[in-house]
Amino acid sequence: MAIKLPIYMDNHATTPVDPRVLDAMLPYFREEFGNAASRSHVFGWNAERAVEQAREQVAAVIGASGREIVWTSGATESDNLAIKGAADFYRDRGNHIITAVTEHKAVLDTCKRLEKSGFEVTYLPVERDGRVSPQAVADALTDKTIVVSIMLANNEVGTINPVAEIGQVVKARGAMFHIDAVQGVGKIPFDVATSHADLVSLSAHKMYGPKGVGALYVRRKPRVRITPIIDGGGHERGMRSGTLNVPGIVGFGKAAEISAAEMAEEGKRLLALRERLRLGIEARVPDTVLNGSLEHRLPGSLNLSFAYVEGEALMMALKDVAVSSGSACTSASLEPSYVLRAMGVPVEMAHTSIRFGLGRFNTEEEVDYVIDLVAQKVKKLREMSPLWEMAQSGVDVNGIQWAGQH
Amino acid sequence: MAYSGKVIDHYENPRNVGSLDKEAPNVGTGLVGAPACGDVMKLQIQVNDSGVIEDAKFKTFGCGSAIASSSLATEWIKGMTLEQAMSVRNTQIVQELNLPPVKIHCSVLAEDAIKSAIADYRRKQRGAQAQAGQA
Repeated sequence: MAIKLPIYMDNHATTPVDPRVLDAMLPYFREEFGNAASRSHVFGWNAERAVEQAREQVAAVIGASGREIVWTSGATESDNLAIKGAADFYRDRGNHIITAVTEHKAVLDTCKRLEKSGFEVTYLPVERDGRVSPQAVADALTDKTIVVSIMLANNEVGTINPVAEIGQVVKARGAMFHIDAVQGVGKIPFDVATSHADLVSLSAHKMYGPKGVGALYVRRKPRVRITPIIDGGGHERGMRSGTLNVPGIVGFGKAAEISAAEMAEEGKRLLALRERLRLGIEARVPDTVLNGSLEHRLPGSLNLSFAYVEGEALMMALKDVAVSSGSACTSASLEPSYVLRAMGVPVEMAHTSIRFGLGRFNTEEEVDYVIDLVAQKVKKLREMSPLWEMAQSGVDVNGIQWAGQH
Repeated sequence: MAYSGKVIDHYENPRNVGSLDKEAPNVGTGLVGAPACGDVMKLQIQVNDSGVIEDAKFKTFGCGSAIASSSLATEWIKGMTLEQAMSVRNTQIVQELNLPPVKIHCSVLAEDAIKSAIADYRRKQRGAQAQAGQA
């Protein structure tokens, strides 16, 4: 089977829309274009029915009820709504928030903003494998803690946090537990009961659905309340005003339904593919380091550092393969990946990291092609690298006093 | 951010990748940058008796723009006198490679690498002269 270039292996950044999802959405752009809030005619009723069906589909994939799902424009909005909404509503109980240094910017920047209005935030460190420890959460909890936000799975390294144990610890102290479950839902088993979650952020475009639509799970038993961050017509039981993105929501529902049905099989397949990629590369390329826990990791996720070769140069060399890197050169701020740094990965290794995100549409042939290409290009770049040259002649590269270091 | 054609060209068809003999008396070696910054350039020059750079080689740990900047630097300085090479400016590199603002620092490092190699060569020459004077 011929490989189609370019190959997409960046499924943590976004995923292609599954053709079945697109098919489900199209009628809601064409004939069924009604506003779901139009109560008085068939256009509105049909849109509403589709939205309610999607609500049940999304709820099912996390073990919740449709009445606990609030539609948003995406996980960034859900993270903002959950944390700001709960912090504000429960303000009289305290002003302390706990999160981790490896969270997505949507959580971190939201917490930074809350710090400006008098909230205190503890940013927990992580273990070397990238995971947050329940003990660390327990130690940080105080009588004033009202919100704890810890992600289910990390977008950069794919490591999975022990959210059930963390949830138990959080609920014992009576704080609200928010989980950014964007990268994990639909890929690994997750449900709101076992995880003790009060609030969960979800995103359609990470599970083969469209961009621009997400959801926030808000627990009803016992009842969790949040102050809305968008005011308007009072949609979504007052929690999130604004006309619903009906086609997006329908797509999200379909994507969730497919993920729930295919998760077990797909998880097995992706794990096998990921291991094929990892072992294939490790066998051909010396001085390769895996970043993050191998055991507690999303099936399709791989993050490798290739010593002595800078990440952006390697990505340029791997033209026709879409991946991403933790190198400073690839970030707008010229800072290397804060997630890798938080895990204790030395800066120079953060610069050499490549993230591979395998997904539903990747094949064995693509993996084999990429293994070959990576082996070739790393070799070529090492031949051009003064650090590789030094290492080969026995110089301890890390021991040198570099003139350019600040 | 798409890479400029010239940057890609320098990566795909690198000119002057390699090493000269560090110990040779007419070779100057410049090593600038730091692995922690994600940018390290080694640039070497071989200078003849008339003070003309007759060969130049480089090795770089860094992004495509860093590789291209140092590759271009070695291309330009071959055939230049030391004085001419000292006056190569990073802005010329930026212009030639169409580097975006976020990559300008790569060209600065390349200019530093040239100067560092020349300084090393001159240090060696002064050392040799001093020895000759004592003999």
